[in-house]
Amino acid sequence: MCFDHKYYREEMTFKEIKTIIKNKTVGIAGAGGLGSNCAVALARVGIGKLIVCDFDVITRDNLNRQYYFFEQVGQKKAFALGDNILFINPNVTVEAHTVKLNPEKIIRIFKDCDVIVEAFDQAEMKQMIIETVLENMPETPLVTGIGMAGWGDNASIVWKKIDNLYICGDGKTEIAENCPPLAPRVGIVAHMQANTVLEILLNKHMNNEYHSQ
Amino acid sequence: MNIILNNNPETIETDRITLQELIDHKNYTFKLLITKINGQLVKREDRKTIQIKDGDNIAVIHLISGG
Repeated sequence: MCFDHKYYREEMTFKEIKTIIKNKTVGIAGAGGLGSNCAVALARVGIGKLIVCDFDVITRDNLNRQYYFFEQVGQKKAFALGDNILFINPNVTVEAHTVKLNPEKIIRIFKDCDVIVEAFDQAEMKQMIIETVLENMPETPLVTGIGMAGWGDNASIVWKKIDNLYICGDGKTEIAENCPPLAPRVGIVAHMQANTVLEILLNKHMNNEYHSQ
Repeated sequence: MNIILNNNPETIETDRITLQELIDHKNYTFKLLITKINGQLVKREDRKTIQIKDGDNIAVIHLISGG
């Protein structure tokens, strides 16, 4: 039987899935539209631990796509996301950092993560984390979101894998005044990232089971 | 020479080309890129000096804002 990562897919019950992922840690770099929605999806499925990093506070403008509530405006995103996740699944451990990430902090804070999710808004920050992880932590899978502004055009949103780098998004729509990031498309990409994380964690588990036989 | 560029086979009509020249030749105009050759990250500052070889597998990823 072929256990290649690309082709092998095991069927599992939700209980079996939870048993595996409750021991896994995922780093969330940015708690905006991508990070907040991706983290919530992983929390619902039963991830063991999330390490959430964001330097920002919630504004009213964020509520068009980010997993926060009106009364949380003004709160720090990393902590507010931790609060919201615990309302959904109190079994998840959330380690929240209000921090602006740089290469040194990424390596230090995310060093024990099974997977890292890139959830920044600025392209420069996306470049910084991708270069940092590829160069310093090449064994850690990195799941990025690139291109999700505007609305409609579902078919343009795609997924690709380049070694340990996974890219979700349309790869082309840059945010602009007349092309804002909105809940539906940002949510699709955020959930595609969460889905990728789950696939990586469950495949890795199945491969380990196979190799240890 | 023959290369793989973003998972597609490509033939380039020269034997000597740097990664930056390839990017210019392909008209990749996005300002921010991630570049890899045969799985290895090539940093921005090295693109002008690193030579592409026949059979290289090259990935050029555009980065755009939004999240």
